[in-house]
Amino acid sequence: MNNFKAHLNSYNWDEVLDSIFLKTEREVEHAIASPKPTLEDFKALISPSAKPYLEQMAAKSKAITKKRFGNTMQMFAPMYLSNECQNICTYCGFSLTNKIPRRTLTDAEILKEAQFLKDKGFQHILLVTGEANKTVGVDYFVNAIRLLKPHFANISIEVQPLDQDEYELLIKEGLYAVLVYQETYHEATYKSHHPKGKKSNFDYRLETPDRLGKAGIHKIGIGALFGLEDWRADSFFTALHLKYLQKTYWKTKYSISFPRLRPFSGGLEPKVAMEDADLLQLICAYRMLDEDVELSISTREEENFRNHIVHLGITSMSAESKTNPGGYVVEPQSLEQFEISDERSTETIARMLQESNLEPIWKDWDQNW
Amino acid sequence: MEQLKIADKTFNSRLFTGTGKFSNSETMRDAILASESELVTVALKRVEVGNQKDALLSSLTHESLSLLPNTSGVRTAKEAVFAAQMAREALETNWVKVEIHPDPKYLLPDPVETLKACEELVKLGFVVMPYIQADPVLCKRLEEVGAQCVMPLGSPIGSNNGLKTRNFLEIIIEQSNVPVIVDAGIGRPSHAADAMELGADAVLVNTAIAVSPNPVSIAKAFKLAVEAGRMAFEARLAPRATQAQASSPLTRFLYE
Repeated sequence: MNNFKAHLNSYNWDEVLDSIFLKTEREVEHAIASPKPTLEDFKALISPSAKPYLEQMAAKSKAITKKRFGNTMQMFAPMYLSNECQNICTYCGFSLTNKIPRRTLTDAEILKEAQFLKDKGFQHILLVTGEANKTVGVDYFVNAIRLLKPHFANISIEVQPLDQDEYELLIKEGLYAVLVYQETYHEATYKSHHPKGKKSNFDYRLETPDRLGKAGIHKIGIGALFGLEDWRADSFFTALHLKYLQKTYWKTKYSISFPRLRPFSGGLEPKVAMEDADLLQLICAYRMLDEDVELSISTREEENFRNHIVHLGITSMSAESKTNPGGYVVEPQSLEQFEISDERSTETIARMLQESNLEPIWKDWDQNW
Repeated sequence: MEQLKIADKTFNSRLFTGTGKFSNSETMRDAILASESELVTVALKRVEVGNQKDALLSSLTHESLSLLPNTSGVRTAKEAVFAAQMAREALETNWVKVEIHPDPKYLLPDPVETLKACEELVKLGFVVMPYIQADPVLCKRLEEVGAQCVMPLGSPIGSNNGLKTRNFLEIIIEQSNVPVIVDAGIGRPSHAADAMELGADAVLVNTAIAVSPNPVSIAKAFKLAVEAGRMAFEARLAPRATQAQASSPLTRFLYE
């Protein structure tokens, strides 16, 4: 099988979902006791039957994370470069049909935002845009990376999916990682939420991690946007995707994120709600499935949840994020992609980590290789 | 106890340590000092080269400590050579621990790239300490290209599983003309003592100290275990007997 699509097609969504809901407490116990849980065990761990075992799962997840990652937390900050977008996505503040002022940062503006994040201590940054291939295409990204490379140790992007040769070009310029969330692995639901624009092509997006793996990227971030479909099934398919990628592109590192639908102006209500307890259960399940995968949490989540989750499986987090282009310095008042929940300053987050015996790691890469 | 000599340096301590996974720089420093380790490895990717106030480096300035930059994060020989050159300039040392693990999951070393990198680095005047699989042939090849020591793994890095590669470590120790430092997998002081009794010249321990609830105490325990193991090796252990040897039923006839 040379891409994930064929692999995905061998599964039936409803059957997968049913099988998760049919998992018994006994199967959960088996999964918790297993030193190397399989994808079937993972289903049990994210099933409703595992709810009474949450404390046990949290303890196990905590211990595994500590063994593999020690007492550390990788810090990163997003930098929104543009909110221009030709896609219609029903859940997104940047969607084409939303009447908001559009802005793409100029060189001088990029450097201003960069200086702010640098002064805060960030060395790992994530560049984010909508999808506007004419104005914010590969040339724009090459230019942004060239501008930022002298200032940051590690540069990642979360932008429209690109072709393999385009990724190869960006990697040569110093790109470390690409985050590309499938949003949902349910093809029909995907289509209904992405009716227009290049993003409406389910397959092209799905095969993005394959193109990245072939291009030789250092890290790929995957995930689903929780709220579009049942989070359990989408998480199973994310885990399936992870396992497929790890076997196929074994030199690449992987990261999972857990975005839940957040309110924005004119926003969408989640189809299937995901409570904090569900999210915790999922994070622990991923950690038990895979000791080494990076699990990342953003400022979408609330303060109290973040204070606790940093000990229970998460290994990477952002702080003080702005989700609008120029949001840090250039134009703080512009409209955000979504509202963040944890608005604490970087300094406060760092202190919170230190006080709970975790060392914030600002630099864990070098631009020279 | 004999001193350990690698290239032009002699060490009183046969315990080398690492700097990852600690909850803060003070704990790291206290634990490393408690271990009495004299060689401490630092991932170059964690250091802000050129920043005098780099938190990691400044907490490691101590007369008893030598820094051993490592190339963790690189995937090829070419990148490793580049990283070593950067480290030489930034940290003013020509020592380098060559770590090339293209597999980011288990961090297992790439033997082909490691051999290439070491050959090149020796030519460039480096003291190279390669982190490798416990492969006796690879160790000899590294020795041939001028590696000043070899660092075979006991079990996968961070696993705390002890000497799973024991049979191969024994062969490596038997054959090696350069110091053998068991790196990775040493999870408890008894594992460290085990490696030293086997005849390893030193061990490198990081995770087991950093992740312990009491890094300082466990660092001391490792120091004592390494000393005990080495002392036992130098004193020569009594051979292991699988059965009691009371009589000589096979040769008794000679004297009857």
